[in-house]
Amino acid sequence: MSTAPDTAATHRLWTFHGGLHLPDNKALSNGEPIAEAILPQRLVLPLQQHIGAPAKPLVEVGDKVFKGQIIAQADGFVSAPVHASSSGTVIAIDELPVPHPSGLSAPCIVIDTDGEERWCERQPIDNWSALDPSELRNLIRDAGIVGLGGAGFPSFIKLNPGARTAVDTLILNGAECEPYITCDDLLMRERPEEVVAGARIMRHALNARRVVIGIEDNKPEAYAALRGAVASLKRDDIELVQVPTLYPTGGEKQLIRILTGKEVPSQRLPVDIGVVCHNVATAASVHRAVEKGEPLIARIVTVTGRGIARPRNLEVLFGTPMQELVDQCGGTKPQLSRLVLGGPLMGITLPDVQLPIVKTTNCILALTPGEFGEHGPVRPCIRCGECARACPANLLPQQLYWHARAKDFDRAQDYNLFDCIECGCCAYVCPANLPLVQYYRFAKTEIWAQAREKRKADLARERHEFRSERQEREKAERAAKLAKKKADLAAKAPPGTATGPADDDAKKAAIQAAMERAKAKREAAGVAPKNTDELTADQQRQIAEAEARRAAKAQNDAAATPQPPVED
Amino acid sequence: MPGPVISSPHVHGPANVSRVMLRVLYALIPAVLAYIGYFGWGVLINVLIAAIVALGSEAAILLLRGRPVGDTLLDGSALVTAVLLGIALPPLSPWWLVAIGTGFAIIFAKQLYGGLGFNPFNPAMAGYVLLLVSFPVQMTSWSAPMGLRSEDLGLLQALFHSLSGTLPHGMGLDALTSATPLDAMKVQLGMAKTVSQISAGPIFGVLGGKGWEVTNGMILLGGLWLIWRRIISWHVPVAMLGSLALIATLFHLINGQHYAGPVFHLFSGAAMLGAFFIATDPVSGATSPRGQLVFGAGVGLLVYVIRVFGGYPDGVAFGVLLMNMAAPTIDYYTQPRVYGHDRS
Repeated sequence: MSTAPDTAATHRLWTFHGGLHLPDNKALSNGEPIAEAILPQRLVLPLQQHIGAPAKPLVEVGDKVFKGQIIAQADGFVSAPVHASSSGTVIAIDELPVPHPSGLSAPCIVIDTDGEERWCERQPIDNWSALDPSELRNLIRDAGIVGLGGAGFPSFIKLNPGARTAVDTLILNGAECEPYITCDDLLMRERPEEVVAGARIMRHALNARRVVIGIEDNKPEAYAALRGAVASLKRDDIELVQVPTLYPTGGEKQLIRILTGKEVPSQRLPVDIGVVCHNVATAASVHRAVEKGEPLIARIVTVTGRGIARPRNLEVLFGTPMQELVDQCGGTKPQLSRLVLGGPLMGITLPDVQLPIVKTTNCILALTPGEFGEHGPVRPCIRCGECARACPANLLPQQLYWHARAKDFDRAQDYNLFDCIECGCCAYVCPANLPLVQYYRFAKTEIWAQAREKRKADLARERHEFRSERQEREKAERAAKLAKKKADLAAKAPPGTATGPADDDAKKAAIQAAMERAKAKREAAGVAPKNTDELTADQQRQIAEAEARRAAKAQNDAAATPQPPVED
Repeated sequence: MPGPVISSPHVHGPANVSRVMLRVLYALIPAVLAYIGYFGWGVLINVLIAAIVALGSEAAILLLRGRPVGDTLLDGSALVTAVLLGIALPPLSPWWLVAIGTGFAIIFAKQLYGGLGFNPFNPAMAGYVLLLVSFPVQMTSWSAPMGLRSEDLGLLQALFHSLSGTLPHGMGLDALTSATPLDAMKVQLGMAKTVSQISAGPIFGVLGGKGWEVTNGMILLGGLWLIWRRIISWHVPVAMLGSLALIATLFHLINGQHYAGPVFHLFSGAAMLGAFFIATDPVSGATSPRGQLVFGAGVGLLVYVIRVFGGYPDGVAFGVLLMNMAAPTIDYYTQPRVYGHDRS
């Protein structure tokens, strides 16, 4: 094996503001190799495991499906299809609880597995470099690949630089900065060639000049493994860089800053500065989709924390209930006090271990009381500024808190609320124990709700204004018509006649004429009574009476002055 | 097992408010000992009276406001205010002077604004200034430092004096008190003496006044420890002492016989106390690092102006309160550049 070009020594690194040195707790789970999770009897596949519109089901209850078969198609541009993660029978398409902070249910396809793991037909592509980037993107889209780092944004969109920009650098994010989580670490250790192969395909799709893989320096084994994989390729367009361990280095904006020295402008995308960032696990799944023809149906999940008997990493089919994973890791310990989906800094509390594993599930974390650190009583903010020192976006969290708490959302936005990445550094260091991130989420949600309300109100106002305008216009048109008619009549009338009575007479004559025309029309149409066969004498009498009343009413109506139609 | 849905993060660092306040109190221990050593037991009695009044008045107001009493008292902030006032007041103060100052600090300057975190002014300095403008005679009668007192009060005698206002038979207040170095400098410069003539007097030491240079030194030590433990950042003390030293140097160079040098200013009065323990109060000060530099520099400047050109011998309390008023504005104009935003 030839020696790899050691780019770490030469690659210049930049820094971002703040960040935290945290006990990483990764040794809990990274000591054992990746194991395959047991095939469950039942798979629950949510139709939305990504950012964007939920997929539309393509199967019906009772259908037999193969492993890897598409069972729900992407609905719209920002969406992703869902594939059967094993062979079996669709037994339900229903609303079921899904892993989401809201704790709400969402549509899922439920498959009873048959245990045979029969694959659908796969179409591996060896010669992908001959494919057009757009064809590659279609392949990746059809494989249901979304960002596996946690966000779940459809990857094919992020692999499309668009016409406006050229991509200079593709960054593969192997930082995995959240404590406890080791699924990317194990992937890079055990399957480095898949990551590198995926990186090359992604680079081709983006036509990027170079690839930089960033790994935190607390993962020397992963770094060494990737170094070997890169070296065996003998290419110099893939750089491997060790970055200092500092939470949240794995944040997209932070990693871009560290590796390129550039900052993603506020409210813009990395591609605007010629950088695209993907997770290493996403790269591996791109390799599998293209070179093996396997859609995204499984991922590596870390099951860890001191509340788990045997912490480790499992390769899990999507739809597997979390309970099965916990059981496979020896179950939970009695001192378990909180289950978290994701990492300790950004994860969500798990309301239910029966929830299915989805594309964005990277970790199940079982925390015991000793692992929380010191949660004292919540006290008032003393403006100590520790949060500002820790903030990786260089915000003033204490000011954001103040304005969010006062529901002064305009001021919160003046202090750049929407540049907050909710990494949790501020709340971690806060001596007053304030749930700062929760305040920011609250403020953001309120602002979004207000924006929605405003859009609605704007639309209603526009509609109202348009309608008033139209009414005004029609009124004016009618007035003009009437005036013209008057003028015409006046011109016809013999000179010297008083206009008043003549006008009245003309009106009456017009009404009379109109009524006669209407009557003639009614008679000509010959309104035939319906269902008049087999009527009893009594019914016929009632009809006759009704006819008489109607005739009388018509005469009365005709006598009254006609009114302009009342328009809605 | 599933518990309530709790927002991330699910882990928390070791910092908490009580620990911060406790560290501040630890850092004040050498200073309090030095004050007692040089200025007598009265200092300890001041601190104790201030502590009782601070905790009592805070508890009373919390009861009236229907807030948890025990939990809030445990945050330690009232005790910090009490110790700061206790060592800032003249050691031979009557008990009511200490009680009025502390009560005003806790009730009016702190709790009526909403308690810890909501007070725009530093409570200890608000209490101090109230006393300074209301009881100027009592407030300017300082103990003579150790070695310059012809007589001394024991602990019980000092307590008795504080409570009853009477000294042991045959002992006069004059034997126990003397002008402070800052006071002496101000008054005697007004009598057309030169700095070197004044500094030759018995109450002056090597760096500043006798006793004062040691207490200021002890406060400096405690302050450095706070910076080392990351309880306070270096910005405010460096900016305040820096601006005070800079402007003092400037004037001293212009006319060395009329303006005392920077070392005298740094080691006299409440310069160090202000720089490390009062201007660093996060609640009433500026929060951004650049803002803290501006805030500290402003305090230093005001201290010098008041000491040299104003009507009071020391200016720390006024300087801090004036800059407290400016803190929100300073914070507004010194916001850091947020990631992804242009430098502007």
